[in-house]
Amino acid sequence: MTELTQLTISQSLKGLKNKDFTATELTNAYLKKMESGRKYNAYVLEMPDVALKAALQADTHYANGTERALEGIPLGIKDLFCTKDIRSTACSHILDGFVPQYESTVTQNLLEQGAVFLGKLNMDEFAMGGSNETSYFKPAVNPYSTEKPLVPGGSSGGSAAAVAADMCAGATGTDTGGSIRQPAAFCGIVGIKPTYGRCSRWGIMAFASSLDQAGPMTKDVRDAALMLKIMAGYDKKDSTSAKVDVPDFEKVLGQDIKGLKIGLPAEYRPDGLNAEIEAYWDKAAEMLKSRGAEIVPISLPHTKYALPVYYIIAPAEASSNLARYDGIRYGLRVNGEKLDDLYVNTRTEGFGAEVKRRIMIGTYVLSAGYYDAYYLKAQKVRRLIKNDFEEAFKKCDLILTPTSPVSAFEIGDKSMKENPINMYLNDVFTVSVNLAGLPAMSLPIGLDKKGLPLSMQLIGKAFDEETIFKAAYALEKDAGFKRK
Amino acid sequence: MTYTIKTAQNEWEIVCGLEIHCQIISKSKIFSGASTEFGDDANENVSFIDAGMPGMLPVLNKECVRQAVKTGLGLNAQINKYSVFSRKNYFYADQPNGYQITQYEYPIVGKGKVKIELSDGSSKEIGITRLHIEQDAAKSIHDLNPKKSYIDFNRAGVGLMEIVTEPDFRAPEEAGAFLKKLRSIVRYLGTCDGNMDEGSMRCDASISVRLKGEQGMRERAEIKNVNSVKFAMQAIENEAKRQIEIYEQGSTIEQQTRQFDQTTGQTKFLRLKEYADDYRYFPEPDLPPLYLTDDYIEDVKKEMVELPDAKKERFIKDFGLTAYDADILTESRQTADFFEKAAKGHDGKKVANWILGDLFANLNANKLTLEQSPITPEMIGELVDLIETNVISGKIAKDVFVYMWENPKMPSQIVEEKGLKQVTDTGAIETVIDSVLAANPDNIAAYKGGKTNLFGFFVGQVMKASKGAANPQIVNEILKKKLG
Repeated sequence: MTELTQLTISQSLKGLKNKDFTATELTNAYLKKMESGRKYNAYVLEMPDVALKAALQADTHYANGTERALEGIPLGIKDLFCTKDIRSTACSHILDGFVPQYESTVTQNLLEQGAVFLGKLNMDEFAMGGSNETSYFKPAVNPYSTEKPLVPGGSSGGSAAAVAADMCAGATGTDTGGSIRQPAAFCGIVGIKPTYGRCSRWGIMAFASSLDQAGPMTKDVRDAALMLKIMAGYDKKDSTSAKVDVPDFEKVLGQDIKGLKIGLPAEYRPDGLNAEIEAYWDKAAEMLKSRGAEIVPISLPHTKYALPVYYIIAPAEASSNLARYDGIRYGLRVNGEKLDDLYVNTRTEGFGAEVKRRIMIGTYVLSAGYYDAYYLKAQKVRRLIKNDFEEAFKKCDLILTPTSPVSAFEIGDKSMKENPINMYLNDVFTVSVNLAGLPAMSLPIGLDKKGLPLSMQLIGKAFDEETIFKAAYALEKDAGFKRK
Repeated sequence: MTYTIKTAQNEWEIVCGLEIHCQIISKSKIFSGASTEFGDDANENVSFIDAGMPGMLPVLNKECVRQAVKTGLGLNAQINKYSVFSRKNYFYADQPNGYQITQYEYPIVGKGKVKIELSDGSSKEIGITRLHIEQDAAKSIHDLNPKKSYIDFNRAGVGLMEIVTEPDFRAPEEAGAFLKKLRSIVRYLGTCDGNMDEGSMRCDASISVRLKGEQGMRERAEIKNVNSVKFAMQAIENEAKRQIEIYEQGSTIEQQTRQFDQTTGQTKFLRLKEYADDYRYFPEPDLPPLYLTDDYIEDVKKEMVELPDAKKERFIKDFGLTAYDADILTESRQTADFFEKAAKGHDGKKVANWILGDLFANLNANKLTLEQSPITPEMIGELVDLIETNVISGKIAKDVFVYMWENPKMPSQIVEEKGLKQVTDTGAIETVIDSVLAANPDNIAAYKGGKTNLFGFFVGQVMKASKGAANPQIVNEILKKKLG
């Protein structure tokens, strides 16, 4: 018999319903796996007691026949989500010991469907980073590491590592510039960033409000469909959440993709693009084509501006969003002679280098005299990038690109340590999607020569996650990627 | 009116504009569901949003929008169908998010105008630059502990309307008249209680001076938190004099922020403008722009009540009041309503005299408000009628008023009970006159001999004999006839 932790969410649900095993058994299996997988540093907080209590309740529901959509499914929760009575720190020193008295809408939605929370997952501090190395709790480790430890990607690195190493059935992530898709790609799992407004941001610590979106990170496409359906939905507590119905994403899985138009943007194939990635990209296009999809060349002319625009807008919003961490009301406080000293001392000690860098950039681009040249200009170009997609989607239904220009790299990589820009460049294929507010999924397509996962990104029209799921399901079947 | 400050050498003119913060009357705060109750225990009315907890998001309170639109209409101002919320970033302990949500480039209300009346009988129009809505800060309390400051977040997030005027004030009296008019408008509309002593209406004044006839404006000083009409007038006058003194000494004024000192009546230096914070305004990404429809604005218009200016005009026209009386009677809606109820079906001018005279005098002497008055509008109306129809004389009416004040009953009832009814029966009066004349033969002789001023003596005697009940006019007529 396969280990329980190897089952997908949908398989687990079947097993629980059939009474092949109990929720308590399933949870215990994951707790054991978490223990043996501590070397991956995926969890920053393990909560066996909370989990087992929830599992026991789930078992009662199964016994009574009152089980809900995710009854007894053990999940890991990114530490960016505020979870009631459970320490939530965004992996920042500045939120030391912070225990929210409220539950984020997305995690509440999961709890209401019977999910079991195993613990809080590692991430880049305040979701700022692409390697999980900015975490105050030290980086999570990619389960694909052999000799030297590799990064799991970021910022949702702990989520990706935990799912990949079977330390949870599924995880929540958040994506501001690629923070779900890139770690999913590095760890060979599925991750979807839904359309902006699809999931409520209420109770998720804000990084860049106009870009942040929560999404599921799972072992396969079906699980992502299943989890997203539960996570998503209009929330009156978030004025930017969309008043649109949430479709049953699972329903479209297995549907014919014949006639679907798949766009391949020329701008995503720069000179010097990794040959293996390029080859897998072509292969993925071929797979879709062989199922009757039509491949169309498209252009997203403003792509080259996406990264600079992103690194103006995201830090600008972050510099303001992170101003509340001032040592006055919660979290870390380092006292000082005067109020200003308290601020300086607390924030100097509480924030890591990358967070400080972005606060500085953000403060700079919003300053009088620079606002027009940076922030305002960036907003205008953001509009152009959005227009690019709108134009492209007149010619196609989906856009296929690689998720990341690289596979997982070593923790402590010198070039990225020395120059943060090199780290930022990893987001080159993902940030446009956030700027345009579109949905996009990363799914593994194969391994590179080093034996590391490479992944494809499927970008859809706004609020058309269904088409993504449909194509992704087909691609997943054809690629036959075997999880480690 | 012309107002200048004359010195030995020059004649100076004041240029002043006001910025008024009005707390919006609404059950809950502008971006959270917390109560706005004034005077509750410290930190009782604080939601997670007001405390700036991680992951919390603002949701706009529709009632505050409606109140702002109503006030805008009351200021004869342009209602903007498109407005945008912005963040004003600055660190202070009473600003929990590290930014204030306000409106910057696109306020909800644009240009308007307000008419003020001045003591010399002239009137003037004051330009309104804009009105925007924003959230109030918490309250810092520095005097509870020598080493610590405390913060009460009850006020944090209460809705404010910031009203900015053009620099149209040329005299302290004009600013005072404007503040009173504005207070009266917001009170009529029920959009702000206008209590400056409680801080629900707060005023900053921008003041500069220039030589009479000089064009353009000189550097100005902004005086913070002038919290009464009297203080505002005092601050403007003293600040203008201070600036004039500096100019006449040959120095210059630097743009600066000053604070009004209630005990000295003077302003004191706070900070120079050149060191002013850069607030790094940018559009609030947590709130979409606010769109108002024509239908909505029309709907609010239907809720508008008659405002003091219109009411005043009507009182003058319909009741023949003087402008002065109409002004006082319309300053508050309660007084106007009281008057109108009392005047209904009676002589309005006489009703006004009773209210402004005896009633106000008694209220003032007893430190009562109009709402606490033992005398009702109906009593005043009937009292005026009793005089009109010669049931009682004006003199007796004064006595009736005193009885009414002490023992509130309808005046007709008092007249009945106390037998104060005026005697208009000429036969009865003649009988009294005859007995008085019979008792005073010497005086008749003297009168006939030329001492005509004895006429008053006879009248007095008749009135005394009739216990004041005889109609004085009839007494006069008959006496004249009998004395020849």
